[in-house]
Amino acid sequence: MKKISSFLSITLLSLLMISCGEDDTKTKQSKTGGAMASNAAERVYVAPGEHDEFYAFISGGYSGNLTVYGLPSGRMLKEIPVFSQFPTSGYGYSEETKPMLNTSFGFVPWGDSHHPDISQTNGETDGRWVFINENNTPRIARISLETFETEEIIEVPHSAGNHSSSFVTENTEYVVAGTRFSVPYPQEDVAIENMKGNFKGPLTFIAVDDEGHMKIDFQLKMPGFNYDLSHPGRGDSHGWFFFTTYNTEEAHTLQEVNASQNDKDFIAAVNWKKIQEYVANGGGEEIDAEYAHNVYDHETHTATSTMMNKVLTVDPRDVEGAVYFMPTPKSPHGCDVDPSGEYIVGNGKLSTDLTVHSFSKMLKAIENKEFDGEAYGIPILNFESTLAGTVKEGGLGPLHTEFDGQGNAYTTFFISSEVVKWKLGTWEVLDRQPSYYSVGHLMIPGGNSRKPEGKYLISMNKITKDRYLPTGPELEHSAQLYDISGDKMELLLDFPTHGEPHYAAGISADKVKANSRKIYRLDENKHEYAALSEDDTKMVRNGNEVHIYMTTVRSHFSPDNLEGIKVGDKVYFHVTNLEQDFDVPHGFAMIGANTSELLIMPGQTKTVTWEPKKEGVWPFYCTDFCSALHQEMQGYVRVSGKNSNVPLKWTLDGE
Amino acid sequence: MKLTFKIFAVFLIFLAIGCGEKEEKEKIKLTEQPEQRKETVEEAVTTTAEADAMDNKGIGPVKSVELGDIDAAMATKGADLFKNMCSACHKMDKKFIGPALADVTERRSPEWIMNMILNPEQMIKEDPIAKKLLVESNMAVMANQGLSEEEARAILEYFRQYDTEN
Repeated sequence: MKKISSFLSITLLSLLMISCGEDDTKTKQSKTGGAMASNAAERVYVAPGEHDEFYAFISGGYSGNLTVYGLPSGRMLKEIPVFSQFPTSGYGYSEETKPMLNTSFGFVPWGDSHHPDISQTNGETDGRWVFINENNTPRIARISLETFETEEIIEVPHSAGNHSSSFVTENTEYVVAGTRFSVPYPQEDVAIENMKGNFKGPLTFIAVDDEGHMKIDFQLKMPGFNYDLSHPGRGDSHGWFFFTTYNTEEAHTLQEVNASQNDKDFIAAVNWKKIQEYVANGGGEEIDAEYAHNVYDHETHTATSTMMNKVLTVDPRDVEGAVYFMPTPKSPHGCDVDPSGEYIVGNGKLSTDLTVHSFSKMLKAIENKEFDGEAYGIPILNFESTLAGTVKEGGLGPLHTEFDGQGNAYTTFFISSEVVKWKLGTWEVLDRQPSYYSVGHLMIPGGNSRKPEGKYLISMNKITKDRYLPTGPELEHSAQLYDISGDKMELLLDFPTHGEPHYAAGISADKVKANSRKIYRLDENKHEYAALSEDDTKMVRNGNEVHIYMTTVRSHFSPDNLEGIKVGDKVYFHVTNLEQDFDVPHGFAMIGANTSELLIMPGQTKTVTWEPKKEGVWPFYCTDFCSALHQEMQGYVRVSGKNSNVPLKWTLDGE
Repeated sequence: MKLTFKIFAVFLIFLAIGCGEKEEKEKIKLTEQPEQRKETVEEAVTTTAEADAMDNKGIGPVKSVELGDIDAAMATKGADLFKNMCSACHKMDKKFIGPALADVTERRSPEWIMNMILNPEQMIKEDPIAKKLLVESNMAVMANQGLSEEEARAILEYFRQYDTEN
């Protein structure tokens, strides 16, 4: 009996141990994560009321916007409307901001924002502006980091698929635009099959002045390849810009197959300083172009749209020594320049390897004319002559690389879904971490500058699957935050992002937060229809247009009773927020308006239109909970029949 | 069968009575509540009147103000500022969103007036007079209009001039 029982207990025990062991191996990964989780939590925890260390400006992709996050917490701080209408604030609906979305195609209510880049001074991020490109209807926007609002949008003529954009040179001399879908230049009605040799892929260099204002300086008429991404030279390579290309086959159909035939495509090296000089000395040809230039003014609180009709085009073959092609394997995507400016990384997206070119070797190869033929008259440099090294077997499908400033590079591999750390110069792989799932781009604050702040890295993933609670078929994309301060990368945090982030730009919060504006000063308000005190409020009829000069203050509108409006009128509510205190916006919503609400910041004036269709007494109200008496912040508009004689009358408390 | 019907009917009647009673009780409660509120408001008003207002300098950056003869230029500047920054809520001669401001310099110390302009958030939370005024103003908070000390001083001068002339 004893024997049997002891045998049984031993068997039971061993069974238990086996099952424990099995359990261990199965959940090893999650247990490690679990054990580290408390530690990881501490490292991303930003206590209530405290601030994050970094701002991250994350592209909103097909939302058309730019989102602002804090790192390391991963908290979303703001969504800045850029290329899309945004009813939350009235952007693109208000009379003042509608011109921002004007293009040569008319009003375009949506855009596909891609690659934010922060302005630089001496190769370092300076916290003045964020630029971001629109891929679909080619445009570049400039967002102020004082107001966190879009201040300027310039359309890029003769381009299509503005993807290799909107990266800036190291003193923000230029922000560049490219062409991913080469097109007839200028546009014309031709058979699509005539593409090869006839289409062009213009690269546009837009000069940025000290106020941030953009002006197209010149457009480089490049062969009709697909210009995918780009980055500026820095340090010794300042004055050059590098663009990856694919579809050097110039296929116009089934590109999935036909654009992947060549073993190597090119990185185009553009000596923009040389072309700048050429243009300044009268070079180039002015040709017809049609594009909108939209500028928002913070004093009039109003945007203006100007249609431009000329652009200066430069044939790269006319400027000796201005453009070269560096053969780069396997349809390179990211084109990344290390902090020293010496290494240019081609992320051959259909490969397992990374190709790294050397800037100094490139200069030598140019000097020694180590050419390997030419493409449409542009010299192709010998592959071996510019090659600095190859990162072998890094992973599958490299897309994009950033740098930590400590001699290391970090590359995303889309197909194998991982972030790989490797060493500049030795090209050895140091570490790899999985990313969930299918990582596109990554960002290290300042990672595209002379001085990266290599503490955190975020990977932006294309596929989310099971990372969060399910929300039906459509999921927000996931991002991961890694600590990269040690030898090995450590995954600290998952957080969802909005739209589809194609890139991000990060900066130390200290460079930005002190400049962030709190209010707009009433005494600087030069809006044409502003009422700067309740004494200035009025109604003015001009035919069937009625302009209402209205004010808000906690918590009433002035006037709040309006009469004399008729069916068929077009009513303009010009609402000025008289508050001068931080974070006291008022909203304005009118029943049945076919526009949107307005969200009016202190000291600001915004206008929304309303075309009343029915007689009656119709309320309007404040949408932003402004005080304990917010619910009382409302008014009425009396709408009379088309032929009525009710006079205009505007009152507040009977006066 | 008939019996069950009868019992059921009696039940229904009880239910109906029950419902009626409940409704009446609720009505009584509703009329009681506002009366209670009134009492608290009245209490607050009495306390305000009791406070020795002219000794209270308020809470904020202004510790003492030296008053001289009325500076007409400063008062004009103050009147302009008052129109643009304050008049949406304050009238001189009648209570609007906030109190009427005629004779304010006789009711409040100059320091209190300036601190109320410059530091309203803390004043309505901590200063006994400002706290009561908030209740009297139906919980409409005094807005901070981001004025400088010099600008608040000019508005005070405008109040002094107004109170002298009216």
